Amino acid sequence: MRAAIAAVFLVLLSLIPLGGLAQTSPPVAEASSAAEIVEENRAQIERPSRQTIGPVIAALAASGDPQAVTILSAWADRGLGIRKSDGAFVLLSTGQDGYALRSLDGADAGTAPRADITELRPNSGVRAVIATALVQFQLNDPDPARRADALTTIARDPAPELLDPLRASIEAETDPALRAQKDRLNRLLTLRFDPDSATRIAAIESFSGDLGLDLRAALNPLLATTRRAAPLGTTIEGNIARDLDPGSDLSETEAYDLLVAADLAPARLTTPELKAALAANIVDGAVAGIPLAELNTQSARNRAYTALEQAGTVPVAATDEEVTQIIAGHQFVETYSEPDSAVTTAAQDVLTGIEVKLAAMQVADLSLDALSLASIYFLAAIGLAITFGVMRVINMAHGEFIMMGAYTGYVVQLFIPNYTLSLIVALPLAFLVTFMAGVAMERLVIRHLYKRPLETLLATFGISIALQQLAKNIFGTQARPLTSPAWLDGALTFNDIVSISYIRVAIFVLAILFLLFFLWLMKRTRLGLEVRAVTQNPSMAASMGINPDRINMLTFGLGSGIAGIAGIAIGLFAQVTSEIGQAYIVQSFMTVVVGGVGNIWGTLAGALMIGTLQKGIEFLNPSNTLAAQTYMILFIILFIQFRPRGIIALKGRAAGD
Amino acid sequence: MTQLLEVSGVSVTFDGFRAINNLSFNIGPAELRAIIGPNGAGKTTFMDIVTGKTRPDEGKVLWGDRLQSLLAMSEAQIARAGVGRKFQRPTVFEDQTVADNLMMALKAARGPLAVLFWSPKPADHARVAELATEVGLGDALGRKSGELSHGQKQWLEIGMLLAQEPKLLLVDEPAAGMTLAEREHTTRLLVDLAKTRAVVVVEHDMEFVRRLNCKVTVLHEGSVLAEGTLDHVTRNPQVIDVYLGRSER
Amino acid sequence: MTRTYLSRNPSVLWFLLILSGFTLGVTLLSQAYGVAFLSTSFIKTLGMTLCLCLVALAMDLIWGYAGILSLGHMAFFALGGYMIGMWLMYARTEAIVITALSNEALPATAQEIQNGIAAQIFGVVGASELPPVWLFAHSLPLQLLLVVLVPGLLALIFGWLAFRSRVTGVYLSILTQAMTLALALYLFQNDSGLRGNNGLSGLQNIPGLDGVSQDRVSVWFLWASAFALGLGYLLVAWVVSGKFGSVIRAIRDDEARVRFLGYSVEGYKLFVFTLTAIIAAIAGALYYPQAGIINPAELAPIASIYLAVWVAIGGRGRLYGAVIGAAFVSLLSSWFTGGRAPSINLGFYTINWVDWWLILLGLSFVGVTLFAPKGIGGLVDLWQGLRTPDRKGADLGPGDGSLLEKEAKK
Repeated sequence: MRAAIAAVFLVLLSLIPLGGLAQTSPPVAEASSAAEIVEENRAQIERPSRQTIGPVIAALAASGDPQAVTILSAWADRGLGIRKSDGAFVLLSTGQDGYALRSLDGADAGTAPRADITELRPNSGVRAVIATALVQFQLNDPDPARRADALTTIARDPAPELLDPLRASIEAETDPALRAQKDRLNRLLTLRFDPDSATRIAAIESFSGDLGLDLRAALNPLLATTRRAAPLGTTIEGNIARDLDPGSDLSETEAYDLLVAADLAPARLTTPELKAALAANIVDGAVAGIPLAELNTQSARNRAYTALEQAGTVPVAATDEEVTQIIAGHQFVETYSEPDSAVTTAAQDVLTGIEVKLAAMQVADLSLDALSLASIYFLAAIGLAITFGVMRVINMAHGEFIMMGAYTGYVVQLFIPNYTLSLIVALPLAFLVTFMAGVAMERLVIRHLYKRPLETLLATFGISIALQQLAKNIFGTQARPLTSPAWLDGALTFNDIVSISYIRVAIFVLAILFLLFFLWLMKRTRLGLEVRAVTQNPSMAASMGINPDRINMLTFGLGSGIAGIAGIAIGLFAQVTSEIGQAYIVQSFMTVVVGGVGNIWGTLAGALMIGTLQKGIEFLNPSNTLAAQTYMILFIILFIQFRPRGIIALKGRAAGD
Repeated sequence: MTQLLEVSGVSVTFDGFRAINNLSFNIGPAELRAIIGPNGAGKTTFMDIVTGKTRPDEGKVLWGDRLQSLLAMSEAQIARAGVGRKFQRPTVFEDQTVADNLMMALKAARGPLAVLFWSPKPADHARVAELATEVGLGDALGRKSGELSHGQKQWLEIGMLLAQEPKLLLVDEPAAGMTLAEREHTTRLLVDLAKTRAVVVVEHDMEFVRRLNCKVTVLHEGSVLAEGTLDHVTRNPQVIDVYLGRSER
Repeated sequence: MTRTYLSRNPSVLWFLLILSGFTLGVTLLSQAYGVAFLSTSFIKTLGMTLCLCLVALAMDLIWGYAGILSLGHMAFFALGGYMIGMWLMYARTEAIVITALSNEALPATAQEIQNGIAAQIFGVVGASELPPVWLFAHSLPLQLLLVVLVPGLLALIFGWLAFRSRVTGVYLSILTQAMTLALALYLFQNDSGLRGNNGLSGLQNIPGLDGVSQDRVSVWFLWASAFALGLGYLLVAWVVSGKFGSVIRAIRDDEARVRFLGYSVEGYKLFVFTLTAIIAAIAGALYYPQAGIINPAELAPIASIYLAVWVAIGGRGRLYGAVIGAAFVSLLSSWFTGGRAPSINLGFYTINWVDWWLILLGLSFVGVTLFAPKGIGGLVDLWQGLRTPDRKGADLGPGDGSLLEKEAKK
């Protein structure tokens, strides 16, 4: 809206030097120097309004007086004032006490205390008009920064009359970056405002393959459409985008409303109107002879209205049948507001090309998002997968270990203010804390319940609610920040669409590290060998001199420790609350279940699948993340039907039961 | 002679390991058969296939006069068709009484609704008592089966099998962990049973097999190596090589 | 038959006697029918507790007897509540809308009434049309049918999918939890057709009973709840007493062996799962009119886990255990969290039970699982002199037979 108004006024503005001021009101008095113009239009300048100030500013800009730029900039920066003693305009600059003054022609005019000066405070709308007028001067300003500012102003509020000054300034531009920018801006303005259609098409086509947001912003107005209706058989003027078929492209109601708006059909009688009309014509407890008590169905009411219509009491209104008939007698089209069809076709082509590329970019961006979500799930689930895979124990308190890790990070930051250092301390500390907690839990509870997996599930759940409440009691219910170091701020940006924050990159790296660490641990170390032995056959392992109790304890500690580290990773981008673990625990379970038990690659595949799925569904239905989760869980339940043991399942007799 | 069970060309692979390799095996309606073979010969997998626990990669398993394919049936359906199985370790429901265990196994409708509305008739109580007596648990009907000794559990399981009235009995190492007297009792029982139905016994113990005095099938690496009387197969040089040759005899 | 059944199960008779005594006692102490010793809100709490006992009974059947740790039964409970809540809310809103429209010049059309109701109920989520799921909400009999049908069908379909693919043990628990979460998240949406996280409210106002005070309604609901609990107890006791009970306990202990006996384990599980879902739904349909409000938070996975906690603390595998557990823990819980429990001053720290109750519950739950797997019901065994051998955590299933031989000799 604002841009549109500005555009209208700028058009007016551009007319002034050419065609005079016949149409503008109030008229701008003829004057030659800037100071004179200001003086002549005193009333307007003292109380400027966006609607009417345009001609004055244009006259100033067109005056050719070098002082005009100074006056305009001063005005925009609240540096123009009126001396109360004699009512003269003065340029202000803050001095020792009060203002240092200069007259409009630049001569020193002494000083004045603040109280003696009325500052002019043009509102932001007026300032914007001034800024546009100033642009043509700024484009050639010796200061590159001001030239860049001017380009930004043009890009924000493009207008036809800026095209010529812009083109004129390109030749003289010395800064190559600015020159490229000017060139691009020139083409963007050309494709919209150049009078010659061939030039516009050339400009449009020169952008083929470009993805810039500014380009899309420039092309979209060219393709703006309006819906129009006309009786069948007549031709519709204008650049027609497409025919509309009532019923499929637009609803009957929309079609009819269009006809009513174009005065091609009488207004439809709405139900409330009908009701009001009937209520206004109640005679002796009946309407048109139909008793009130019978008017409790729509059909009876319609009958009553028709009777009133026939009696001439109420105006004739279109009934549903008539509406259908009238619609059938008309054609509906969408026309471009841009009259030149060659231009719209070229714009459409380029825009389609952009959309295809954009879709590819979005897929790439989505994949990055999915990958980062998958790394989070992987980190959260890997500990769970270890404990479940090795010990067949579902640890419902896993989420609370994640929480403990996150709170450890928070507490460390309370003592070590340097975020980098605190992170370096917090990672191993979180591992240690949750490792100890895991070992304690294994020794005190889980060890006694090995033969009863369901009861382990419930006992660990008991621990989970206790730990969660404990965290609430200690840290309160409000979220605690876990601040990432400055070097993790910002994002790795590939272009306008594809980008990923450094925190997520770090989490991805962390996930890879853990994958490698885990592979190394299981395949290359004595501990891994023993863990695998215990997984496959605990009693045989025991008879080989491996202590299964010790292995179970270490495994559980390890799984819990990784949960602690995952907690720090999650805490870096989410707020740390006592429920932080709960948010991830179901997804972690799903990851393990979908991936298959007892295989790190399965967990990885599960995390990838769940991450991709969640992002995919969110993309298809962006307004509703709750529905996305619902659908994902439904999908997983169905997935289990086809692969009950997960993506990577153990085969053979070992998988027995 | 019509066959009760006809297994032909069955193969099954676990993770690349071929547990059963093109195995063919037949047994008649009233026949006692012993299956022997070294560890890993595929004896248990064979029973898993017949009872529906494991699906073979290829081959046919046909059952009864109507040559039904067992491969399309679930474990429960196969059991209802008349295949009973006794596991190596006694598996009885330890939380329930001997009578409950037997009553559950008693031949009757097996659907959830039928079972829900089923109540035992005097004849059923009598049959349970009779079976319990037969396996020497006549005075333990009210005891929880978890309280029974190992041997008694074996017997209870055999009693449950009898209650099912199967046409084919698959018995996995029945004599394991039994005393000499109990073994003899078992032998007699199996020989008796085989008069009215087919009985397949998987056994390691040669003495026990000799006492059964029946046709013997030797499995090796998932297929049949030899078949015939015990004396016949023990003379087979291949059998001696792969099985007996490695035993302490 | 009945005589032998009751004589074989004396606990059923005892239970029914105690329940009747309790109901009578509460009635005599109520404001509406007695000496006004108990407040109406407390009577509502008691009535709701009876409903919780009923759902605990269902949980005991599915978990304690059939060995399926379902973490989804509170979802069925809440679904039952939603189904009855739809009628309650619709009928009440209808009355309000008709009164409002009667002031207009013309008598209202059915469509206008419908629109009025829709606007009243769904204005809060920005919709003005009645969603299709409310198709039957105008009719009490149909909606009562849905109380049974919707959770029953959901359980049937979910159970069929889950049991068919032989998902068992903790896998199944996790899957049921996922189902619950999916349902809760779905209902949390505004366009789910059930008012999103606003839920259904004003359910304590029973349409057609405008002239009856809540004092009396609360007692009526207590009676209905007690009746349902008694009936449910009889039903479940009957289910578990015969061969069916034998089979489901056998499935709990060793389902593979049950298959080889010729029983289709999946069919039994599905039957029990669906039956218990329906019982849970009926309990929910009685609970929420007393609670007055239902929203999706009611079927968060945590609620179902609490249900398991009640049954475990009460003692699973015995029906009165589940009832005792549900009553004991839920009443205790409302006592502690209601701020009525006295704080304990340790000098350096004051234990405020509102904050510490969950910790106590969690830890005592761990304690019960570890040291008293039979729960409160185990006390009855002590009293009757039944001692069971300490199995060092091994369950009752077969497979560890040799371990148990020594016990048998005791």
